[in-house]
Amino acid sequence: MSAISEADAGPTHPDQGVGPHLISIADLGASGIAEVLRVAEAFAEVERRSIPKVPTLRGKVVATLFFEESTRTRLSFETAAKRLSADVLSLAVASSSVQKGESLRDTVETVEAMGIDAIVLRHRASGAPAQVARWVRRARVLNAGDGWHEHPTQALVDCFTVRQVLAEAAGVAPASLGVSCFAGLKVLIVGDVRHSRVARSEILAYRALGAEVALCGPPSLLPSDLTGWGVSVEADLDDALGGADVVSLLRLQAERGSGTHVPSLREYTAGWGLSAVRMARLAPQAIVTHPGPMVRGVEIASDVAELPSVVVTRQVTNGVAVRMAVLFLLLGSEVALEGLGGDRG
Amino acid sequence: MAERERSHTRPLGGRFVPTAQVMSALDVQRALVRMAHEVAERNGGLDGVVLVGLQTGGVWLAERIAEVLAETEGEEVPVGTLDVAFYRDDIGLRPVLPEAATEIPLDLTGRVVVVVDDVLFTGRTVRAALNALSDFGRARAVQLAVMVDRGHRELPIRPDYVGKNLPTRRDEMVDVSEDGVAIGTLVAR
Repeated sequence: MSAISEADAGPTHPDQGVGPHLISIADLGASGIAEVLRVAEAFAEVERRSIPKVPTLRGKVVATLFFEESTRTRLSFETAAKRLSADVLSLAVASSSVQKGESLRDTVETVEAMGIDAIVLRHRASGAPAQVARWVRRARVLNAGDGWHEHPTQALVDCFTVRQVLAEAAGVAPASLGVSCFAGLKVLIVGDVRHSRVARSEILAYRALGAEVALCGPPSLLPSDLTGWGVSVEADLDDALGGADVVSLLRLQAERGSGTHVPSLREYTAGWGLSAVRMARLAPQAIVTHPGPMVRGVEIASDVAELPSVVVTRQVTNGVAVRMAVLFLLLGSEVALEGLGGDRG
Repeated sequence: MAERERSHTRPLGGRFVPTAQVMSALDVQRALVRMAHEVAERNGGLDGVVLVGLQTGGVWLAERIAEVLAETEGEEVPVGTLDVAFYRDDIGLRPVLPEAATEIPLDLTGRVVVVVDDVLFTGRTVRAALNALSDFGRARAVQLAVMVDRGHRELPIRPDYVGKNLPTRRDEMVDVSEDGVAIGTLVAR
């Protein structure tokens, strides 16, 4: 054992609710989310350095398997892994053996046979990461978005960003707020909730942290059954905006068939788009998040998207620190804890 | 010294039970003053000197040394803090601190960096700190100040300024605070 001051704060380890895989926000629970946000704050500091790179995951290999297109999530995960000094392999599905008919299982088998430590998976099929997590022997699986199911790191980024803005408004360090700042926070999720994996992860995350979550959108784009979700439904966006602390806008997901659920894009925009007029209904300190990519002129007016309370760019920036935290917590905590006490100090 | 609760000492943690008080509060204060003087003496003043306290135990020590230097030398020395969690060779054992705990106020290129920690043990924390510091610029020199050197080094690292050389058993714990220094053991809660 070493100096007590060194044993002072306990190691980050799965007993705090993180790992071995990150498939759903439900895997984390409130304590796991709090842990990710806490660690992400330390990585945000690393990102502010002139050399924003640490040797933490040297020798680890992270593979990104994206069976669906993505700009920011993939870039964000790859940047995060590289800043942790992990090696990154990126499987471009369009030019891989998947096109020759290789199954997901065989692809994963191949990737794992190369000694990969973490698989970052995006797939159009809900549940694909959970299935992969059952197949792998030692690799950690991170869900980077699966079908309509979940996109856990995006929800973590949103929580991190919201806390950051709240901390700035209060003039304190974000970490000092813990997750207590979410208790009673009124979150309004607007748009295509039915097809949105971000919405599902956000609902789980915000609810776990004690926020009140309301949904607002065309009835055809809300889930048909909300039993057990612990959310309310607001019929009228104009009425709902005034009471919201956080507005989470969602993209109308044309590739998942949202278009067939609304009569026209113009009608959707008229009813549920965030226009300048609607923006004025928001409380001055309210925060607007959007997971990106934004479709300007549909769910958000172009000039509204530029306002300081719309924190989209900040979400992208924070995405790297949050994903560094997730990778660190999943890959950095696998050392056996027994018998290593003497190495500390 | 009273038994202190360490609420967040999972899973290595528990309760620190002191068996012997080896330095009083006054002893710690005297050692601090001496070490501060040695820093000024060794460097011929404080030109270019930066103190960097290692999280968590070295931070208050670095601040106190800076206070003494401000009084005796009449010069404000920049003080930074460094958390070496991301640089350790035992990743996963070491906590990441809740605050964004690394705060290096300036580029270290050309500076004399005095790394401050409470206890020097295996040397692995200092090794990690040396790596971390190199990301903040190329220091002219790095020196090491510790309140207690308890031996059992596993790496070729030696301190430049020592409060007290304290022979210990490997399994003992050393607790350093403003109230003094105690040797003890950690018992499960």
